[in-house]
Amino acid sequence: MRVTVKLFATFRDGRFKVEEKNLSEDSRVLDVLQLLNILPEEVAICLVNGRDVKEQHLLNDGDTIALFPPVGGG
Amino acid sequence: MGGYTGKILRINLTEGKTSTEPLSMELAKKYLGGRGLAGKMFADEVASDVDALSPANKLFIASGVLTGTNAPTPSRYMVVTKSPLNGVIASSNSGGYWGAELKFAGYDMLVLEGKSDHPVYISIKDGQVEIKDAGKVWGKDVYETTDALKQEFGDDKAKVLAIGPAGENLSLMAAIVNDLYRAAGRTGVGAVMGSKNVKGIVVRGTGKVENANPDQMKEVVANSLKKIRENGVTGQGLPTYGSAVLVNIINETGVYPVNNFQGSYDPEADLISGETLTEKYLLKKHPCYRCPIACGRYSKWDGKEGAGPEYETAWVFGSDCGIHDFDAIHEANDLCNKLGLDTISVGGTIAAGMELVQRGYIKPEELDGTPLEFGNAKGMVEWVRKIAYVEGLGAKMAMGSYNLAESYGAPELSMSVKKQELPAYDPRGIQGQALSYATSNRGGCHVRGYMISPEILGLPEKLDRNSLEGKATWTKIFQDLTAVIDAVGLCLFSSFALGLTDYTSLVNAVTGFNYTDEELLACGERIWNIERLHNLKVGYSAADDTLPKRLLNDPIPSGPSKGQMHNLPELLVQYYAERGWDKAGVPTPERLNMLGI
Ligand code: SF4
Repeated sequence: MRVTVKLFATFRDGRFKVEEKNLSEDSRVLDVLQLLNILPEEVAICLVNGRDVKEQHLLNDGDTIALFPPVGGG
Repeated sequence: MGGYTGKILRINLTEGKTSTEPLSMELAKKYLGGRGLAGKMFADEVASDVDALSPANKLFIASGVLTGTNAPTPSRYMVVTKSPLNGVIASSNSGGYWGAELKFAGYDMLVLEGKSDHPVYISIKDGQVEIKDAGKVWGKDVYETTDALKQEFGDDKAKVLAIGPAGENLSLMAAIVNDLYRAAGRTGVGAVMGSKNVKGIVVRGTGKVENANPDQMKEVVANSLKKIRENGVTGQGLPTYGSAVLVNIINETGVYPVNNFQGSYDPEADLISGETLTEKYLLKKHPCYRCPIACGRYSKWDGKEGAGPEYETAWVFGSDCGIHDFDAIHEANDLCNKLGLDTISVGGTIAAGMELVQRGYIKPEELDGTPLEFGNAKGMVEWVRKIAYVEGLGAKMAMGSYNLAESYGAPELSMSVKKQELPAYDPRGIQGQALSYATSNRGGCHVRGYMISPEILGLPEKLDRNSLEGKATWTKIFQDLTAVIDAVGLCLFSSFALGLTDYTSLVNAVTGFNYTDEELLACGERIWNIERLHNLKVGYSAADDTLPKRLLNDPIPSGPSKGQMHNLPELLVQYYAERGWDKAGVPTPERLNMLGI
């Protein structure tokens, strides 16, 4: 399946802003993190299609994943 | 006694006299300082039915008990007055260096009363206070005024607070700007200063703020600094990217208002994000006094240099106006500082104007050739200028989006609560923030109870943004805690890393008092309630604890949060109960009694 991965803030350093990824069926968010060499504890916010999810979340074809380290403001 | 200087400076502009009086420690114990103490004195001294722009209104400029100390982020001062925009108790907060300098000069608070018959500025050199002629700087912008007043004062270390042309012209969105780039922006406080014919206040102090327990203070400061450094948001995110790092988070969540809240997702938002700012515009960080977080930005754009936009500003002159030209956003932000305007309200009003044009309410011939349409960056910047100088349609816009839209018979196109423009979060997809917007006692505002923190950022813990569970309780606690932070003179951003216990420790160490956490939080609740009582007296009721029609009635139309909707009616019932207010949103005598009001 194909998913869109969007990275933000320091996650972009040495990686990318947005890329399409081909994943095997039954992939989870954790698999994407591993692929990108990001530790689950480095992730503060993980959104799949705008919804907050945990790293065990099962992905579907066409999903958009957005990953953020701890950031905030106001 | 530590923390307080123990002195209040009163300036009677009508009579041209200044006087000092002792700070009431009895009141200070209950209301702390800043927003709290000034709010209480305002409520006691100013009749609720005064015309906000008349001499009978007073302008309180108050530091907090921790302002000017070595606590982390000790820069804040608060402006409290009756708002000319909506009649509520206005309290507008600013950082920079001015607030701490006021303490060093020996004053906790300054009160401007009456009205001068000619333009003046106030000069404070430690205990020496003078009311001086401001004829030469009246009409000048904030930057020119700051330079001129410093020069006349003869000390480069002096700190200046001033209004720009917008305040002189009594725009209801006028700000008070200090240290060039920091603003007490919201609720039209700059117009109140302008109505009194006061152009600025220069202050230089050589004293210092006493500490009741220096050893204890050292320890609690070290402890809280460590927390700030180790927290991902305050130690990493904000210092690296500034608050505009929120652009992508809020957008990806699908609660990022676009084109005057007609949409909630912007596919091009990254063009005006904190990441882009850091990559392409940032020259250096620009922190307030003794701030270890340093969210402030100093940018270069279009051959110029100056303050970079924070999140709300990037959003409001950006996506909310359909614009992705970061140079233009920087320019509009700079113009607001220079001309003395609040960015959120001005951007929100321009966005409302764009929708009024889009829907045919404002006719092309009213625009005098300046485009007012979503996506037109050049036009947007020019409207900021026209608002400050009340030129053409700019005069109507200077009264804020509500008055503007209402004058065309379409008040529902103003995205405001209690006439004040909403900030950068669509409340329909964030239940607690919807409640916080509706009940903010200064009108549309995000820093009266920043529920984005738990509901989106997961701080101090993650709450489901679409669930109602616990939201009334959380909102009340956040509102009360924020009132404490505003009253002690620290920056709200410290609360990403610090909690109530840290604030209690800091206040106790400085003052030598022995507040428990509950007692300190009760000060916040007391502050919240006196503000509510003022607003009820000027005629607000539960019916005004609401959202603009579009957000109230229609679900989010598109984007990742498509279909989401607030449940304000249910939350309000829970919230009033939580606050010990009756069903009409009026504090019960029992609760007031309990709080010692
Ligand atoms: S966090 Fe930002 S706004 Fe707050 S005191 Fe520091 S620099 Fe100023």
